[in-house]
Amino acid sequence: MRKGVFSAVIELIRAIGHYVNDALQTLGFAARFLVMILVYSGQSFRRFHLTIREIYFSGFQSLLIILVSGLFIGMVLGMQGYETLQRYGSSEALGVLVALSLTRELGPVVAALLFASRAGSSITAEIGLMKATEQLTAMDMMAVNPIARVVAPRFWGGVISMPLLAALFSAIGVFGGYLVGVVLIGVDEGAFWSQMQGSVDFDLDIVNGIIKSFVFGIAVSLIAVFEGYDAVPTAEGVSGSIKRTVVYSALAILALDLVLTSFMFRGV
Amino acid sequence: MPAECLVRITDVNFAYDDRAILKGVDMEIPRGKLIAIMGNSGCGKTTLLRLIGGQLKPTSGEILVDGQSVPRMTHDELYAMRRRMGMLFQFGALFTDISVYDNVAYLMREHTNLSEELIQDMVLMKLNAVGLRGAHHLMPAELSGGMARRVALARAIALDPMLIMYDEPFAGLDPISMGVIGQLVRKLNDALGATTLLVTHDVQEALLIVDYVYFVSDGQIVAQGTPDEIRASTDPFVHQFVFGEADGPVRFHYPAPPFGEELTRRAAHA
Repeated sequence: MRKGVFSAVIELIRAIGHYVNDALQTLGFAARFLVMILVYSGQSFRRFHLTIREIYFSGFQSLLIILVSGLFIGMVLGMQGYETLQRYGSSEALGVLVALSLTRELGPVVAALLFASRAGSSITAEIGLMKATEQLTAMDMMAVNPIARVVAPRFWGGVISMPLLAALFSAIGVFGGYLVGVVLIGVDEGAFWSQMQGSVDFDLDIVNGIIKSFVFGIAVSLIAVFEGYDAVPTAEGVSGSIKRTVVYSALAILALDLVLTSFMFRGV
Repeated sequence: MPAECLVRITDVNFAYDDRAILKGVDMEIPRGKLIAIMGNSGCGKTTLLRLIGGQLKPTSGEILVDGQSVPRMTHDELYAMRRRMGMLFQFGALFTDISVYDNVAYLMREHTNLSEELIQDMVLMKLNAVGLRGAHHLMPAELSGGMARRVALARAIALDPMLIMYDEPFAGLDPISMGVIGQLVRKLNDALGATTLLVTHDVQEALLIVDYVYFVSDGQIVAQGTPDEIRASTDPFVHQFVFGEADGPVRFHYPAPPFGEELTRRAAHA
């Protein structure tokens, strides 16, 4: 009996060891993959229209979902914020609350989460299916580097799109807060805008928000292209990779947000 | 190395992890000839093509293409060599996001500075050679299997390669398409003055068009000869392969202990 328990514990430790080992190995591969992307980026930028095309596909085509979600979130913030602030008689601070919540946190984080599920998953699916149908091997056999031709443009397309999408998300969110707070509820318009202008700091709030969304853009784009390139070339393999892109991106965004926030807003 | 030999493979061994795929393969591909490599599925034929194209490195042995050692090439040298090679993949591997025209123009745009007008002339010429000039505006998803294979063929010969490699060009095609592809493979080889390596298990189709055949089984070359020699061969493996017999040197059953023994053992355990 004791022997059985002992071997079960050993088995458990072994399984954990395997899991950690695999995870570290994948992380190492991803880091090496990022270096490869950077090395071949020069080659890729010489054909910048490829990157422009990816900005169109992942950035421009995500605009609708980003703008609609941003508007709704801003409106909800307006309602909830007013509800709480008016208890303390400071409903004029609604503009500040909406703007700070969006530029510091919700803009970069929610836009990145939406971007991961809308664009990240489709990048993974596309690269994974190209691998499964031997298109990447064919490219390599034609002396065309698939990392320079396929991966790098998609990576940079994502990295460039992300901060722009996050900025638009925050901007339309503020407008949503204005619609609910000022137009519907009747908060004083002058106070709404002037308090916002007075309290939102360009460097601390706006620039930090942009830095966050830039970092999220790198994380999401790297996860998406890596999972696609690393996909097992079968239907099941590609679907597993898409799932991992969404899950890992979400976890990476939230974890990085915690780290970045703790550095950026210490003692503020 | 004699000048007429474009590819020479000497004592090549290759293994995935511990599993030996190729065991001491020797092969010569003379310039201008159409050579077939035949064998049953999983015998190492495609691996051989990937070794010649430099996508895999042999465990030991030498592979010379046009006098240069493929395993010792740097990345840039490998890419320079691949520009002079054309390869047709088993299912075409066409780029699905661009049209038939752009697929064939792809290499010309990537590797040359030709003007769009000249590229247009060349693309239409290549498509005309495979009979699909009228389909240049279609997307790969709109093509039948045989048409896709012909477009891939036009793409493989886009830059007039010195060596064309075909990986199972007949797989999954109807008899008419198969005949069309077979004739095209032969005609293109002769018209371009290229050398062709054809990996296939469609014996009858291949014997009609090739100059010489290598039979591979279990990672080794077990027979070779001209189509006539192959048809007349009394070698049991070649006989089994050419006439498609279910059992012979290539066993029907995956290795297993005798069935009777297994049943008795199970009955004893029950």
